[in-house]
Amino acid sequence: MTLPSFKLQDRREQPRAFPTGRLALLCFVKEDCPTCNLSMPLIEAAYRAFGELVDVWAVGQDAAGNALLVERHQLSAPMLDDSALRVSFAYALEIVPALVLADAQGQELRRLIGFSKPEWQALFTEVAQLSQRPAPTVDWDAYPDWRPGCGSKSVEPGIAERLAAEAEGSPLRARRIEIAPADDEFEFMFDQGLTDGLPVVPPTPERVIRMLAGTRRDPQELVAIVPPNMAPATVEKVAVNAVMAGCKPEYLPVVIAALEAVCTDEFNIHGVMATTWGATPVIVVNGPIRHRIGMNMGVSALGAGNRANATIGRALKLALRNLGGAKPGGVERAALASPAKYTMCFAEWEERSPWEPLHVERGFGASDNVVTVFALEGPRGIADQTSRTARALGGSLGLGLESVWHPQMHFYGDTLLVVCPEHAMTLERERWSKNDLRKRIQEITARPLRDLLADDESGDGIPPRRFGPDGPSEDQLSQLIPKFRGAENIHIAVAGGEAGKFSAIFGGWVSGPTGSIVVSRKIEEV
Amino acid sequence: MTQILDPTDERVPVRRALSQRTGSLNGSVALVDISKPRGDVLMDRLAARLAESLPGVQFRRYRKPTYTKPAPDALRRQIAAENHFVIEALAD
Repeated sequence: MTLPSFKLQDRREQPRAFPTGRLALLCFVKEDCPTCNLSMPLIEAAYRAFGELVDVWAVGQDAAGNALLVERHQLSAPMLDDSALRVSFAYALEIVPALVLADAQGQELRRLIGFSKPEWQALFTEVAQLSQRPAPTVDWDAYPDWRPGCGSKSVEPGIAERLAAEAEGSPLRARRIEIAPADDEFEFMFDQGLTDGLPVVPPTPERVIRMLAGTRRDPQELVAIVPPNMAPATVEKVAVNAVMAGCKPEYLPVVIAALEAVCTDEFNIHGVMATTWGATPVIVVNGPIRHRIGMNMGVSALGAGNRANATIGRALKLALRNLGGAKPGGVERAALASPAKYTMCFAEWEERSPWEPLHVERGFGASDNVVTVFALEGPRGIADQTSRTARALGGSLGLGLESVWHPQMHFYGDTLLVVCPEHAMTLERERWSKNDLRKRIQEITARPLRDLLADDESGDGIPPRRFGPDGPSEDQLSQLIPKFRGAENIHIAVAGGEAGKFSAIFGGWVSGPTGSIVVSRKIEEV
Repeated sequence: MTQILDPTDERVPVRRALSQRTGSLNGSVALVDISKPRGDVLMDRLAARLAESLPGVQFRRYRKPTYTKPAPDALRRQIAAENHFVIEALAD
């Protein structure tokens, strides 16, 4: 049998190629195997006796262990580094030590597994005959007759599958889990704690391969380090979670961009998931991709019924759960949370907006595809069916926004206002800009401090002690404080059905460097 | 058999629920040798000891082709069909 050829580096980082054109004795070993350690002096003895004519090589299975073996046994024989385990896999090793004797052309002459004294003795005799060199002198009485070997590192669970996939040229490296025929695969995934409480699509290798067709990125490319577990999320792992969520392959670049965006220091996903407030990542998609992948930005844009909206948001949450390890009751600690924790993703109806869209406002080109992620709670409506002027409508939206977090909590951070098309038309008629609307919201919500203090009537609000032991002065009490810290904290997007004068607001969480900062990421062009 | 790819960071082994424990041993018991060296020696001793202490119980011997891979489906089905219990000699 012709053995697979290979090139490995020895401990001086010199390449060693097999076959060598000479007789070769390849000795596969790993450091934590007692039988390998038992065999090392014999490998060294073989090298000293036959080394001039025979390539006697130790092939070690992990780099740190190889160095230990060399030091422990004062090895002068070359120690080759097979810590990638590709050669061990190619040689179909199941047990180490494994000794493979090969002729000059790489034909296998003999293979020894584990330790057997008679086999070693026969091997020495055989090599002595072939090389015309005397066999080494060994105190054989010091050796046991037989010792079992240990499992080769190349067949350890998880590693064998990866090596097999590499050998087959498969792009998949994720651990494979077999579901017994008697098990229901959907129930199995619930039992394993892999779902958000709803059934997930089983991520079979075939489905994940199909999902990976949605991106040009290498399946093993790192997308993000996902808190709180600080787990590396490769494109493949994101694809696995996207399959489970029910995504189509063309959604994958959006999911990848969203995960990149939330796993930034600015967004602070660890805090967003861990807060006892019900914040969750809210994804807004802008750009031509909205149409290409069939996102909903019209009727029920914030609700159920559209596959892209529903599954992109869900894929992000599943990745945070399965990779990041943020699970309700674990790191995810929201006292109540909301259905938005399952999924919250929608597209802006840019064509129906009188303003430049969210992503352009945030510095991107109109034709760029962009995700913007916010740390927000679930949406709720603000009704105004009767205002006929921009000022009156802006006032209504402002009053609706005042309840965010707590009506007495002013100087608040980021909030997302989703203006419905009918409301947008009312504002457009008077050519109101987004900043006009923001200004009006700040104006109508501005209250004197005395109305906002936490007191016996309402215990939350602005704490009087913030102004010193005597509380605020008379001047301070009369000072007007708007709802939002700055007009720029009011983020505006347009979406919704063409009939219905109902806009929506998403309350925020802690904004800025001490909480979460809104992040936008360009979506890969495919 | 369905195979899925692990969606997690793979830091935790896949967990399986244990079968319900009956509290008594009767019927037939599979003794599975996974082909680790000397696993058969262990199984021989175990079979002899168990046969002594449980005369009413039938013991059947099985052997996996290799310890490095899960038992083939056919063998698993055979073991499940022919027995009420399984004792498997795992690893070293």
